[in-house]
Amino acid sequence: MSKSLRMSRITTKTVIYIACFFLAVLSIFPFWVMFMNATRSTYEIQQSSVALLPSRFFFSNLKILLGKSFNPLVGFLNSLTISAGATFFSVYFSSLTAYALVAYSWKMRQPFFTVIMCVLMIPAQVSSIGFYQFMYSLRLTNNFLPLILPAIASPAMVFFMRQYLMGALSLDIVSSARIDGAGEFYIFNRIVLPIMIPALATQAIFSFVASWNNLFLPLILLTDKTKYTMPIMVSLLRGDIYKTEFGSVYLGLSLTVLPLFIIYFLLSKYIISGVALGALKE
Amino acid sequence: MRQKGINYAKYGYYFSIPFVLIFLLFSLYPLIYTIIIGFTDLRGIGRTAFSFLEDPFQNFKLILANPSFRKSLSNTFLIWIMNFIPQILLALLLTAWFTNNSLKVRGQGAFKVLFYMPNIITAATIAILFNSLFGYPKGPVNDLLMMLGLSDSPIYFLVQKWTARGIVGFIQFWMWYGNTMIILIAGVLGINPTLFEAAEIDGASAPQIFFRITLPNLRTILLYTLVTSLIGGMQMFDIPRLFLLGGPDNATLTTSVFIYNQAFSGSYLYNRASAASMIMFILIMILSGILFLIMRDKDAARRRKEKKAMMRSMKTIREVEV
Repeated sequence: MSKSLRMSRITTKTVIYIACFFLAVLSIFPFWVMFMNATRSTYEIQQSSVALLPSRFFFSNLKILLGKSFNPLVGFLNSLTISAGATFFSVYFSSLTAYALVAYSWKMRQPFFTVIMCVLMIPAQVSSIGFYQFMYSLRLTNNFLPLILPAIASPAMVFFMRQYLMGALSLDIVSSARIDGAGEFYIFNRIVLPIMIPALATQAIFSFVASWNNLFLPLILLTDKTKYTMPIMVSLLRGDIYKTEFGSVYLGLSLTVLPLFIIYFLLSKYIISGVALGALKE
Repeated sequence: MRQKGINYAKYGYYFSIPFVLIFLLFSLYPLIYTIIIGFTDLRGIGRTAFSFLEDPFQNFKLILANPSFRKSLSNTFLIWIMNFIPQILLALLLTAWFTNNSLKVRGQGAFKVLFYMPNIITAATIAILFNSLFGYPKGPVNDLLMMLGLSDSPIYFLVQKWTARGIVGFIQFWMWYGNTMIILIAGVLGINPTLFEAAEIDGASAPQIFFRITLPNLRTILLYTLVTSLIGGMQMFDIPRLFLLGGPDNATLTTSVFIYNQAFSGSYLYNRASAASMIMFILIMILSGILFLIMRDKDAARRRKEKKAMMRSMKTIREVEV
């Protein structure tokens, strides 16, 4: 390789590393400031709001935070119930629907798939008024069911699962199971689902995170304090009672982020490859 | 039972029943309900009884004439464009770097994990966090700017329209560029590698390979990114609502926040909020339709048609043979 070419290669690589390093700092910086300020007193934060090292006011911030009706444990459990329920339903029934689309040749198969593709384009928010009124007339406000059950019909996930099954499932396995006398439902549960585990895992992570982060619908449907989810609790930190308690606001935010951070760094490999899988199967 | 007569096709219907039922009940019915409410006088908390208006389009007319609604539409577009253009450009640049075989960027995995990280955090948290970060007169960003000597006096970011809008756009950009990058990288990895090899043998430069091979082959993925980003952007709610509650002077009021305010905070104007929802829905449909028309792959559609015709003729041949 000629000298000038090598020089330009080095310059390019330097530019790339500087840019990536800068972006990485940009990703971390807001969260770092948040975690550090969670341990600092309001006075310290007012003096200088960027600190690279923690202080020792964690417990006093915690005391102020919990004294103001902020109960992260309740929010955590509520969010967990909703997210786990919605994730289970969406993953299981999307696989079932996708299997129906892949394994059987029924008359309505193609039209049904076309409908799912169209439904994919409808944003859930535009029907929120009708949804609220419907749930109100069923007396299902302040209930977790309207946040869990609709997950059974997740068009995007059906689409993903169908694409995955088309590549991963050989219909010969299904026919040989039939010869051995297995019922159709049994075949799905015992043979098809295990084949789908990689797809199930990545889709479960996404469904969980999306449901956990959902603010719009819970904010409309849940008015009872004991039913609040994590994002609703976060939105309360915006309120006036926390205006002057910077330390405890940062601490409250930290507490809501911490569980997701832990999950993310444990599973980041699968999350990243899951996003990639979703794109590849387009 | 006749052995020959076992018809498995019916299980296709059985297994789709849960999806169809729940879809009809929780998606289609509320959608139709919302459309209907848009033509009625329904308002006020805890009411379900309504009657149709004498002028059926009254709500739509009122909403379209509402200055806040118009503002919210233009804000939504502005903020979406402010976040999407830098987002797709940066994601494409990073994709080009990370998929370039001769560059071999080290630490790619760690960079990808860090760039994607903001995407998993509750948008509600991020909105409030950024609100604190841009505090005035003392706040991390102001402190940083003055420490670096970029600004002499603290900037009151949150009361100026363009800085406020810019920050909302930036947050969206910051949350989503990592996601877009990973999708694009996956798209590039899905392109047949022999194409790149052939181009390299022919002596194509890195920019030539990127613009002549990578980009054209990424068309479907780009369309997917564009449409999902558009739908997500038009629905933007958490960040504008919690960052500044739509302010200052409605500069960050998005259409979703407008609808929420109409229906659920204070005034309970369900009928007008429904009309606004429908207008937003129609806009999203028109825009997505335009994107599909522009970016559709004409060759693929033709090939599919030909394949279908061939299959049909094969089938008739087989039937004739039997």
